[in-house]
Amino acid sequence: MEPIEYMRMTRELYESHGYQPYGWYHADTAPTFTPMKKPLAECRIGVLSTSGAYRIGQRAYHYKDDTSIRAIAKTTLTDQIHFSHITENYLPDPRRDPNCVVPIDALRTLEAEGFIGELADDLFSCMGGIYSQRRVREELIPAITSAFQTQKIDAAFLVPM
Amino acid sequence: MCMASALDITRAGRPPRITFVDYPLGHTVGKPFDRDQQLMIVRRGLSGLAAMTGAEQIEYLPVQWDDDGQWKALELKKGGAGGEDVRKPRDESPQYQTEQDRILAGQ
Repeated sequence: MEPIEYMRMTRELYESHGYQPYGWYHADTAPTFTPMKKPLAECRIGVLSTSGAYRIGQRAYHYKDDTSIRAIAKTTLTDQIHFSHITENYLPDPRRDPNCVVPIDALRTLEAEGFIGELADDLFSCMGGIYSQRRVREELIPAITSAFQTQKIDAAFLVPM
Repeated sequence: MCMASALDITRAGRPPRITFVDYPLGHTVGKPFDRDQQLMIVRRGLSGLAAMTGAEQIEYLPVQWDDDGQWKALELKKGGAGGEDVRKPRDESPQYQTEQDRILAGQ
Protein backbone atom coordinates (compact mmCIF):
# COMPACT_ATOMS: atom_id res chain seq x y z
CA MET A 1 0.00 0.00 0.00
CA GLU A 2 1.29 3.44 -0.95
CA PRO A 3 2.35 5.95 1.72
CA ILE A 4 -0.26 8.55 2.66
CA GLU A 5 0.07 11.79 0.68
CA TYR A 6 -0.06 14.15 3.62
CA MET A 7 0.58 17.26 1.54
CA ARG A 8 -2.32 16.54 -0.79
CA MET A 9 -4.53 15.52 2.12
CA THR A 10 -3.80 18.76 3.97
CA ARG A 11 -4.31 20.83 0.81
CA GLU A 12 -7.77 19.30 0.39
CA LEU A 13 -8.59 19.84 4.05
CA TYR A 14 -7.57 23.50 3.84
CA GLU A 15 -9.54 24.04 0.61
CA SER A 16 -12.65 22.55 2.17
CA HIS A 17 -12.37 25.01 5.08
CA GLY A 18 -11.69 27.96 2.76
CA TYR A 19 -8.14 28.47 4.10
CA GLN A 20 -5.20 29.74 2.09
CA PRO A 21 -3.03 26.85 0.80
CA TYR A 22 -0.45 25.66 3.33
CA GLY A 23 3.05 26.83 2.39
CA TRP A 24 4.99 23.57 2.50
CA TYR A 25 8.75 23.82 2.54
CA HIS A 26 10.43 22.54 -0.62
CA ALA A 27 14.22 22.45 -0.67
CA ASP A 28 15.43 23.80 -3.98
CA THR A 29 18.92 22.36 -3.85
CA ALA A 30 20.22 18.83 -3.40
CA PRO A 31 21.59 18.02 0.05
CA THR A 32 25.27 17.60 0.73
CA PHE A 33 26.08 13.96 1.29
CA THR A 34 28.78 13.40 3.90
CA PRO A 35 30.09 9.84 4.12
CA MET A 36 30.70 8.54 7.62
CA LYS A 37 34.31 9.03 8.62
CA LYS A 38 34.45 6.23 11.18
CA PRO A 39 32.45 3.16 12.19
CA LEU A 40 29.12 3.64 13.96
CA ALA A 41 30.59 1.84 16.96
CA GLU A 42 33.01 4.76 17.37
CA CYS A 43 30.52 7.56 16.70
CA ARG A 44 28.96 10.01 19.11
CA ILE A 45 25.30 10.32 18.11
CA GLY A 46 23.13 13.41 18.57
CA VAL A 47 19.34 13.20 18.58
CA LEU A 48 16.58 15.67 17.72
CA SER A 49 12.87 14.90 18.09
CA THR A 50 10.38 17.45 16.72
CA SER A 51 7.60 16.11 18.94
CA GLY A 52 7.51 18.94 21.48
CA ALA A 53 9.03 16.74 24.18
CA TYR A 54 10.09 18.33 27.46
CA ARG A 55 11.36 16.94 30.73
CA ILE A 56 9.09 17.50 33.73
CA GLY A 57 10.41 20.64 35.39
CA GLN A 58 11.16 22.34 32.06
CA ARG A 59 8.99 24.97 30.43
CA ALA A 60 6.54 23.44 27.95
CA TYR A 61 6.29 24.67 24.37
CA HIS A 62 3.68 27.14 23.20
CA TYR A 63 1.77 26.76 19.96
CA LYS A 64 2.53 29.98 18.11
CA ASP A 65 5.77 29.40 16.22
CA ASP A 66 7.77 28.39 19.30
CA THR A 67 11.34 28.11 17.98
CA SER A 68 12.97 27.20 21.30
CA ILE A 69 14.61 23.84 22.00
CA ARG A 70 14.94 21.66 25.12
CA ALA A 71 17.90 19.54 26.20
CA ILE A 72 16.79 16.26 27.76
CA ALA A 73 19.60 14.40 29.54
CA LYS A 74 20.15 10.91 28.19
CA THR A 75 19.79 9.58 31.74
CA THR A 76 16.21 10.93 31.96
CA LEU A 77 13.63 8.35 32.99
CA THR A 78 11.09 7.77 30.26
CA ASP A 79 8.15 8.68 32.48
CA GLN A 80 9.69 12.12 33.05
CA ILE A 81 9.22 13.03 29.37
CA HIS A 82 6.02 14.88 28.51
CA PHE A 83 4.83 16.67 25.37
CA SER A 84 3.31 19.88 24.06
CA HIS A 85 2.72 20.12 20.31
CA ILE A 86 0.14 22.05 18.29
CA THR A 87 -1.08 18.80 16.73
CA GLU A 88 -1.95 17.16 20.05
CA ASN A 89 -4.05 14.66 18.11
CA TYR A 90 -0.81 12.76 17.36
CA LEU A 91 0.26 12.63 21.02
CA PRO A 92 -1.96 10.02 22.74
CA ASP A 93 0.51 7.16 22.24
CA PRO A 94 3.69 9.20 22.86
CA ARG A 95 2.09 10.38 26.10
CA ARG A 96 1.69 6.71 27.13
CA ASP A 97 5.12 5.70 25.83
CA PRO A 98 7.47 8.56 24.86
CA ASN A 99 9.66 6.04 23.00
CA CYS A 100 7.27 6.25 20.03
CA VAL A 101 8.91 9.57 19.08
CA VAL A 102 11.80 9.98 21.57
CA PRO A 103 13.58 6.60 21.38
CA ILE A 104 15.60 7.10 24.52
CA ASP A 105 15.36 3.49 25.75
CA ALA A 106 16.41 2.01 22.39
CA LEU A 107 19.30 4.47 22.10
CA ARG A 108 20.52 3.66 25.61
CA THR A 109 20.38 -0.04 24.75
CA LEU A 110 22.36 0.50 21.54
CA GLU A 111 24.92 2.54 23.46
CA ALA A 112 25.22 -0.15 26.15
CA GLU A 113 25.75 -2.92 23.62
CA GLY A 114 28.35 -0.89 21.72
CA PHE A 115 26.34 -0.63 18.51
CA ILE A 116 27.00 3.10 18.65
CA GLY A 117 30.09 4.56 20.27
CA GLU A 118 28.21 6.95 22.49
CA LEU A 119 24.95 8.79 22.81
CA ALA A 120 25.51 12.54 23.33
CA ASP A 121 24.84 13.69 26.90
CA ASP A 122 21.55 15.35 25.96
CA LEU A 123 18.83 14.60 23.43
CA PHE A 124 17.21 17.70 21.95
CA SER A 125 13.61 18.45 21.15
CA CYS A 126 11.67 21.17 19.41
CA MET A 127 8.01 21.78 18.61
CA GLY A 128 7.79 20.99 14.93
CA GLY A 129 4.55 22.86 14.21
CA ILE A 130 6.17 26.17 13.21
CA TYR A 131 4.49 28.06 10.40
CA SER A 132 7.24 30.61 9.72
CA GLN A 133 9.95 29.16 7.48
CA ARG A 134 11.98 32.30 8.10
CA ARG A 135 11.97 31.71 11.85
CA VAL A 136 12.92 28.07 11.38
CA ARG A 137 15.84 29.13 9.20
CA GLU A 138 16.96 32.09 11.33
CA GLU A 139 16.21 30.85 14.86
CA LEU A 140 15.56 27.11 15.19
CA ILE A 141 18.18 25.67 12.84
CA PRO A 142 21.07 27.78 14.21
CA ALA A 143 20.07 26.80 17.77
CA ILE A 144 20.05 23.09 16.93
CA THR A 145 23.27 23.31 14.94
CA SER A 146 24.99 25.10 17.80
CA ALA A 147 23.70 22.55 20.34
CA PHE A 148 24.96 19.65 18.24
CA GLN A 149 28.33 21.34 17.70
CA THR A 150 28.71 21.91 21.44
CA GLN A 151 28.15 18.18 21.96
CA LYS A 152 30.76 17.36 19.30
CA ILE A 153 28.55 14.76 17.63
CA ASP A 154 29.69 12.70 14.65
CA ALA A 155 26.20 12.11 13.23
CA ALA A 156 22.64 13.26 13.89
CA PHE A 157 19.57 11.07 14.25
CA LEU A 158 16.43 13.10 13.49
CA VAL A 159 12.98 11.97 14.54
CA PRO A 160 10.18 14.13 13.08
CA MET A 161 6.72 13.46 14.48
CA MET B 1 19.66 10.21 9.31
CA CYS B 2 16.12 11.49 9.12
CA MET B 3 13.44 9.03 10.18
CA ALA B 4 10.09 9.63 8.48
CA SER B 5 6.44 8.64 8.64
CA ALA B 6 5.18 11.54 6.51
CA LEU B 7 7.31 10.56 3.53
CA ASP B 8 6.15 13.25 1.11
CA ILE B 9 6.74 16.06 3.60
CA THR B 10 10.15 14.71 4.54
CA ARG B 11 11.22 14.19 0.93
CA ALA B 12 10.28 17.77 0.10
CA GLY B 13 12.92 18.89 2.61
CA ARG B 14 15.52 16.73 0.82
CA PRO B 15 17.51 15.39 3.78
CA PRO B 16 20.57 13.34 2.74
CA ARG B 17 19.29 10.06 4.24
CA ILE B 18 15.74 8.88 5.03
CA THR B 19 14.46 5.77 6.80
CA PHE B 20 10.72 5.41 6.21
CA VAL B 21 8.39 3.89 8.79
CA ASP B 22 4.89 3.60 7.31
CA TYR B 23 3.04 4.21 10.55
CA PRO B 24 0.47 6.79 11.66
CA LEU B 25 2.07 10.07 12.74
CA GLY B 26 3.13 9.96 16.37
CA HIS B 27 4.86 6.57 15.96
CA THR B 28 7.94 7.43 13.91
CA VAL B 29 10.13 4.95 15.79
CA GLY B 30 7.59 2.32 16.75
CA LYS B 31 4.42 1.24 18.45
CA PRO B 32 3.96 2.03 22.15
CA PHE B 33 5.65 -0.41 24.53
CA ASP B 34 6.91 -2.65 21.72
CA ARG B 35 10.53 -2.51 22.85
CA ASP B 36 11.83 -5.09 20.38
CA GLN B 37 10.32 -3.29 17.42
CA GLN B 38 11.44 0.15 18.63
CA LEU B 39 14.96 -1.21 18.97
CA MET B 40 14.84 -2.74 15.47
CA ILE B 41 13.64 0.53 13.92
CA VAL B 42 16.27 2.68 15.63
CA ARG B 43 19.00 0.14 14.86
CA ARG B 44 18.04 0.06 11.17
CA GLY B 45 17.86 3.83 11.04
CA LEU B 46 21.31 4.24 12.53
CA SER B 47 22.69 1.51 10.28
CA GLY B 48 21.64 3.58 7.29
CA LEU B 49 24.14 6.27 8.29
CA ALA B 50 26.94 3.99 7.14
CA ALA B 51 25.08 1.83 4.63
CA MET B 52 23.74 4.58 2.37
CA THR B 53 26.24 5.60 -0.26
CA GLY B 54 24.65 8.66 -1.85
CA ALA B 55 22.32 11.55 -1.17
CA GLU B 56 18.54 11.18 -0.96
CA GLN B 57 18.49 7.43 -0.58
CA ILE B 58 15.47 6.02 1.24
CA GLU B 59 15.20 2.77 3.16
CA TYR B 60 11.65 1.45 3.48
CA LEU B 61 11.42 -0.58 6.67
CA PRO B 62 9.39 -3.82 6.47
CA VAL B 63 6.76 -2.84 9.04
CA GLN B 64 3.02 -2.43 8.76
CA TRP B 65 0.64 -0.94 11.29
CA ASP B 66 -2.28 -3.26 10.62
CA ASP B 67 -3.16 -6.13 8.28
CA ASP B 68 -5.58 -4.33 5.99
CA GLY B 69 -4.40 -0.72 5.91
CA GLN B 70 -7.58 0.48 7.60
CA TRP B 71 -5.62 3.12 9.48
CA LYS B 72 -4.84 4.84 6.20
CA ALA B 73 -8.46 4.94 5.11
CA LEU B 74 -9.41 6.41 8.47
CA GLU B 75 -6.59 8.95 8.35
CA LEU B 76 -7.61 10.12 4.87
CA LYS B 77 -11.22 10.45 5.99
CA LYS B 78 -10.30 12.46 9.09
CA GLY B 79 -7.54 14.58 7.57
CA GLY B 80 -8.75 15.22 4.00
CA ALA B 81 -11.50 17.31 2.43
CA GLY B 82 -14.32 17.96 4.89
CA GLY B 83 -12.29 16.70 7.83
CA GLU B 84 -12.06 18.55 11.10
CA ASP B 85 -9.25 21.05 11.72
CA VAL B 86 -7.94 19.57 14.97
CA ARG B 87 -4.96 21.85 15.47
CA LYS B 88 -4.86 23.63 18.80
CA PRO B 89 -5.14 27.45 18.90
CA ARG B 90 -1.90 29.29 18.16
CA ASP B 91 -1.34 30.59 21.65
CA GLU B 92 1.88 31.88 23.19
CA SER B 93 1.37 30.44 26.68
CA PRO B 94 3.20 27.17 27.48
CA GLN B 95 0.92 24.19 27.02
CA TYR B 96 1.76 21.76 29.81
CA GLN B 97 0.73 18.14 29.60
CA THR B 98 -0.45 18.29 33.20
CA GLU B 99 -1.16 21.05 35.72
CA GLN B 100 1.49 19.50 37.95
CA ASP B 101 4.04 20.07 35.17
CA ARG B 102 3.17 23.77 35.21
CA ILE B 103 3.78 23.99 38.96
CA LEU B 104 7.06 22.05 38.77
CA ALA B 105 8.28 24.37 36.01
CA GLY B 106 7.65 27.34 38.31
CA GLN B 107 4.96 28.83 36.08
